[in-house]
This record gives sequence, structure tokens and C-alpha cells, in this order.
Amino acid sequence: MKLLFALLLALMAVGAGAAESPDTATDEPAATFEAVALGLGSASFREKTALVERLAGFADPRVPVLLETLLAGDLYADATTGALYIGKADPAPLVGATEASAPPDKLRKVITNNSLRSALRPLIAATRLRDPDPEVRARAARTLIGEVPLALTPTLEQVTATEQHSEVRQALRTALASVQLADADPGVRIAAVRELADNSDKQILTLLEQRARQEQEADVSAALAEAIAALQAREKWFAFFGDLFFGLSLGSVLLLAAVGLAITFGVMGVINMAHGEMIMLGAYTTYVVQLLMPEHIELSLLVAVPAAFLVSGLVGIAIERGVIRFLYGRPLETLLATFGISLVLQQLVRTIFSPLNKSVITPDWLSGSWQINGMLSLTYNRLYIILFALAVLVTLVGLLRKTPIGLQMRAVTQNRAMASSMGIRTGRVDALTFGLGSGVAGIAGVALSQLTNVGPNLGQSYIIDSFLVVVFGGVGNLFGTFVAAMSLGVVTKFAEPLVGAVLAKILILVFVILFIQWRPRGLFALKGRFVED
Amino acid sequence: MAISSQPKLLSDAASRWLVGTIALVLVVVPVLNLLVPADSALHLSSYWVSLLGKYLCLALLALALDLVWGYAGILSLGHGAFFALGGYAMGMYLMRQIGERGVYGNPVLPDFMVFLDWQELPWYWYGFDDFLFAALMVVLVPGALAFAFGWFAFRSRVTGVYLSIITQALTFALMLAFFRNDMGFGGNNGLTDFKDILGFSLAAEGTKSALFVASGVALIGGYLLCRRVVTSRLGRVLVAVREAESRTRFLGYRVEHYKLFVFVLSAMLAGIAGALYVPQVGIINPGEFAPLVSIEIVVWVAVGGRGYLYGAIVGALLVNYGKTWFTGAFPEIWLFLLGGLFVVSTLFLPRGVVGLLQRRRSSHQPSPPSPSPQAAAQAEEGAR
Repeated sequence: MKLLFALLLALMAVGAGAAESPDTATDEPAATFEAVALGLGSASFREKTALVERLAGFADPRVPVLLETLLAGDLYADATTGALYIGKADPAPLVGATEASAPPDKLRKVITNNSLRSALRPLIAATRLRDPDPEVRARAARTLIGEVPLALTPTLEQVTATEQHSEVRQALRTALASVQLADADPGVRIAAVRELADNSDKQILTLLEQRARQEQEADVSAALAEAIAALQAREKWFAFFGDLFFGLSLGSVLLLAAVGLAITFGVMGVINMAHGEMIMLGAYTTYVVQLLMPEHIELSLLVAVPAAFLVSGLVGIAIERGVIRFLYGRPLETLLATFGISLVLQQLVRTIFSPLNKSVITPDWLSGSWQINGMLSLTYNRLYIILFALAVLVTLVGLLRKTPIGLQMRAVTQNRAMASSMGIRTGRVDALTFGLGSGVAGIAGVALSQLTNVGPNLGQSYIIDSFLVVVFGGVGNLFGTFVAAMSLGVVTKFAEPLVGAVLAKILILVFVILFIQWRPRGLFALKGRFVED
Repeated sequence: MAISSQPKLLSDAASRWLVGTIALVLVVVPVLNLLVPADSALHLSSYWVSLLGKYLCLALLALALDLVWGYAGILSLGHGAFFALGGYAMGMYLMRQIGERGVYGNPVLPDFMVFLDWQELPWYWYGFDDFLFAALMVVLVPGALAFAFGWFAFRSRVTGVYLSIITQALTFALMLAFFRNDMGFGGNNGLTDFKDILGFSLAAEGTKSALFVASGVALIGGYLLCRRVVTSRLGRVLVAVREAESRTRFLGYRVEHYKLFVFVLSAMLAGIAGALYVPQVGIINPGEFAPLVSIEIVVWVAVGGRGYLYGAIVGALLVNYGKTWFTGAFPEIWLFLLGGLFVVSTLFLPRGVVGLLQRRRSSHQPSPPSPSPQAAAQAEEGAR
């Protein structure tokens, strides 16, 4: 790596060196920070690299500012004295300025090239190692891993010795060890390998593997092999956890899509083929909410959840009152009628919003990822979707078990005639139950709008999966739906790398088809003695 | 009514009318196309011959679905899969007939295989250069799939909605599978660019008329076969299964055998329909496996009236003509109409167009009431 670095520098020097005058750069170590800094203005790229490396070794408080300004391309030098200023239009003196300000026409930009900039980044990180904030120090130390320029090694050793904060010290020792991997002394190398073996970082694994290819000493090679094996084993575990997490989030999406269906189909026995369109309406509601409040995108999802629940719920109630209630007891006819409704809703959305996909903005708090260590990071949107799906499920179960309306819903499901004679208005309960199932589908749409494209066909792609989840889990059983969704999600995720995404999907479909042959009532069938017909 | 007890195939007026009309059309259309000169007002263009031939194939498909749904009560949401499999079998034969006339001029490999850099023909393409073998596959492949699927499903007593959903999952899985390039069926694009069938050019007017006649003959044959099934003793057991499956089982009938028989027969008819459809439209692609296509078939039967056989044919012709006309004239409202048709036909036309006509006739001359499937279902629901 260092070799490559030097080669690059040499190339740069050949290309750009001619224009620069080499007079100020000397091999003599400059006594003071100022003396070194003043040479920057007239140095060649190659000399600049040497100069900045030396500059980074000083403890002067102006060092970080200087390096960062240079990286940003905002550093200017007085053509005659070499004094350094920040900015051109209104130059602020940084180093060696005697007057308050210099005539701007004499300022020349201190130019940088790619190789100098890439040399600057670790140097800047190194200067931040003295930052009072331990968070900043830790982050700086982590960026230095595998990137430490040789000139900085003494600084790093010194900082490591004096560091008090344990986390930062650990990161510093890792960074130091990553340099010491190439140390001339085999003992130091072995110690460095041992130090690195405890880490969980892909970058370190790569470093160790690189070193293992160059290593001549047998002892060091053995230590390297051991460390690499340990890291690889850990990597495998974390990859497994990563896949598991991804699978669970996939399962949560399925759960969200299917849980509304578990109510309308599972509890009421209504085949609602327009269920997917309820999800789609929820996603479009999110889009509209974001259009209405462009100033508050961060909050838009919080508004969209109740809004989508209301929109999809009301449409659901309208469908129930307008069509489905005439078809109770005729499941196949209900299937056809609701399929017709789904076509109408799709075309309606196509007419209003155009057939093209709409972009829904992801708020900042949902983007990015949670870096647990160098081998495992969880994206926030997937993390939140798992939590959200669980929250929805728990709320629903609570609603069905603990509230009066939930009691009425269960009563009507179990024995309609009896519930009716006890004074429950069964028609109203039917409408509310259907509205609830549809509303939950709308909420699922809000969540899905963050993961997939929002278009008229959004719902269609989930309807078959949702039905399979409900049937697989056992009709009328929210817990079964939960287990089915999660297991299908995880199995899909683990099957994908083995056979490819499409084939995994096909295999899952075939599996569920076969499973239903084996247990026609799903995983958790309602127990009881009954026959149909 | 729906369930005729007469043993003779053409005993009822509707069947005689239907078969007579189709037979007449089969004579008139080729004559108008081939013998009437092109400048005459009575001339029928080849476009129309192919379009009508396509309708006849779809009518055969609807007939196949009515046999299982209208009589045995099995609502298959995956009949498009059997249709498409039959179509693919025919498509493979037609692909092999292209031979060296393909873009890449490879005498053995179809163009898409050359494009994917395949070196030899996959084993499952062997034999498809022979028409008889391909024709056999047209019925055997859908039949075998229906047998395997039905064997498991009916034995495990997967019924009603559950069966509908897994048939839908079946066709969905097949669609995903056929979209894959490595399946060896042309992936996304499917099979197309056909040149000739049995040595006759597909572009020739005579071939188009011949295919049209073949479709019509297949439809009449399919209709007579279905009539034979539903008027037999077996057909009456099927109706019993539809009305009360468990009761029929308790009476000692092996319900699953009856269902399996009729399901396989229906899949084979659907395969034949697909095989006749493909040369007339000139392409078969995985889109035919889409769940929506299969559900559309159900709507043809529902609109026409299920449980009459001829109702399915009438429905398929009506809805498909409507589709051709509306997608041409007002493409954006076609889905509204189709969706509305689903709702209206289930809410207000529980026995379809044919049922509506029959009710009007029976109000003139009172006939003994016989229970419709819906009435029976409602009575049953009330008893529960």
C-alpha cells in the first residue's frame, strides 16, 4: 500500500512538478510550526505532501484548521512572504501574517491534487485525536485504521499512551496495530496481529489477509492465520445475524400486509381481493400528505399513519356496506366482486395520479443505518418497520381482546344469531370490522411507501403473498399470521443467496401450496369439531 | 335448467341452437373470407377471421372452467396456467418449425437460445419438432399438472376459497418460473416469430381459415364432451359435490376421484384451447400465466352464467368482444367496465345473462322450480 502511495506521488511529481519552484523545501527539519507552514505556498505537490505530514506532527492548535482549509481548497498564500490566509475575497490571516490583512492581488491559491487530498484526510483525522470530545477522538481513530501514514506513527504512539478514555484508547490501539503489522520487528508484528484479532471489522480482515500474503516469518504467519480464522468465524456469525434481521424485516412487511387480511378474511371470512388496493390507498395517502405539508416532511409519516387508516378504513366500510354485505355466505362470489373493486380502484388511481410511480420522501430519521460494528449494520428503515409491525400487531390484539368493540367483533364471528339476539347490531359490527381490517392495510401502505415504489400496482404484488401468509398461519389466528409472516420472511432471505430471488419466491409458493395439502387449516388451526356442508 | 337429466346430448333446444350456430359460422366465415372477392362489401378480412378464431379458443377455455366451477364447484383461479401450458407446447412445435429461417439461422436452436449462447437443445425440447408429439403434450402436460395438483389438493380436502387461493398461487409461481431465462422458454419475450404449421404458412389466408375452423370444431367437440359428462351419472355426482361435498362423501362416493377426473379433463380442454390460440395470435409469453388472466376467465363464465356450459361460451364471446371494442375505443375505461362487470354480475346477475333470459322465458310458461346453486347455498347458510 505504501509502495503504491509512493508510486502515485512520483507520478504526480513528474506531471506537475515543473511549474513549481523547489527552493523553500529543505531536508533540514524545520524548527517551528510556522517555518514549515510558510513553505507550503511555493512547494511542489510532492513537497507539499511531505510538509503536511510534518505539520500534522505539531501540537499547534492551528494545525487542524490549516489542514482542513487546505483540503477544502480555501487556503491562500502570500506570493512573496508565504504567509497563509483563509479565503480570497476577505482573507483571514492564519500563519505568518504581520499586518491585519494583505493586498488580495498578491494572494495565490495553495492548490491540491487527488493524491495530496487523500494524504490529507488521515492527517486531519490524526489532528482530531487531540480533540476534547471523546466521540470525535474515537471517530478519528477509527478512520485511521489501516490508513496511518508512517510519519504519524510517533504521534499516534504518544497519543495512545496519554489517552484516558477507554473506548478511544481501544480504537487508537487498533489503528496503531494496523501500522505495526508492517513493522520490521517480527515480535511487534505478532503483538499487532494479536491486538487486531479481537476486532470485528471487515477492513481489518482485509488488512490481515493482505499482510498474510506478504509475510515471510513463520511465527507471524501462524499468528496471522489464527487471527484471520477467528475474524472469519465472527464475520460468518454477523452475516447470519444480518440475514436474520433482514429476513425478519421482510417478514414484518408481510405481516403488515397480511394482518389486515387476517381480520377481514380470518375473522370475518370475507375474501377481500381489494385488500392490496387498500394498502395502495395508504401509500398514496402518504404521498398526498407529503404534498400537503412539504415544510414538515419529518413529521409527515406521523400524520400519514392516522390519515391512511381513515382513508382506507372508510373506503373499506363503503365497500362492505355497498357490496360485500349482500354476499355473506357466498365466499366465491365475494372474491369476484372484490376483485372487480380492486380493478376499479387501480384504474381510479391511475386516472387521478397517472400510471407512473410516485416518489415518497424518506424522512432523515428513517434513513441511514445503525453501525453496530465493522461487520454488522442495521438500516434504520428496516429496524423501524419491525418495531412498527409489532406495534400494529400488539395494538390489534389488544383491541380485539380488551375493548368492548373487540368483544362484539368476536361475538359476531362466533355466533351471529346469538350476538344479534343479545342486542349487538351485527351489521354495524361487520362494517366496523371490515373498516378496521382495511384501515390496518392502509397503515401497511404507509410503511411500504418507504420501502418500495408507490404505483397503482403496489397492492397487486402483495395480495397473493398476504393470502398465503394468512392461510399458512391458520385462518382466524393473529398469532399464526405473525409466525407465518416471520418464518416466510426469514426463509425467503436465507434461500435467496442459494437459489436466486425469483426461484426462492417460487419455492416458497410451492412450499406453501404443499403445506396447505398437509394441513389444510394452516399452522395454527382453530380446534373444534365441525364439518362444512 | 342447469342440470339436465336427459341422456341425449343435443336433447335441449339451447344445445341444438348453439352447436347449429357455431357450425353455421364455421362455414360462413371462411366462405366470406376466401371466396368473396376482397372488394365486395361482404368480404371478411383475415384480421377478423383470426380474431373470431381467438374468441372461439377463449370460449373453449371458458367452457373448461365452467365444467369444474359450474358443476363440481371448484373455483380455479389458475386455469390460465393450463391454457398457457398448452400454448407453450404448441409454441415449442412452431419454434422448431422455424428451423434455419430464424435470425441466427441455427437449424436446431431457436433464436433466443442462440442469443443466450446455449450450445444444445435442452432435453425437454426434444420431440417437439414432431406435430403428433407436440399435440400429445398439449393435452398431457396440463393434464399431468392438474392430476398432480388435484391429487394432493382433493385428497387433503382443500376446498372452496383455500383451493382458489392455492390455484392462484400455482399460476403465479409458474409465471415467475417462465419469466426466468434459464427455464429455456424464451423468458420475458416468450415464443414468437412463428413461420408455419404442418408446412402451411401461418400468414396465408387459407391457414388462418383452417385454424379458425379447427378452433370451432374443437369448441363443438369440447361442448359435446362436456355435455356428455354433465348429463351422465358422473355429472349428477359432481353436482352433488358442488351442493354438499361432505354429504356426498358420507353417501359413499369417493368425492376426490370425481373431482380429480373433471379437473384433469378441464385442464386438458384448456390446454387444447391454448394450443389453438397461439398460432392465431402468433405469440405466447409468461403474461398468460398472470393471475389476472385467470380471474378474467372466471368473469366470462360468471357473466354468461355458470352451470349451463353454453352460458360460459356466450359469456366468453360477449366479454371478449366488449374488451376488443372498448380497449380500441376507450382504453382507459375498460378496467372500470371490467371491474364493474365483476360487481354487477355477482350482485345482480347471479346466474348470468343466460339465467336472465331463462327466467324471462319461464315467466311466460311456468315450469317446476328447481334449486339454483345460490338458493341452495343460501338455504344451507341459513341452516348453519
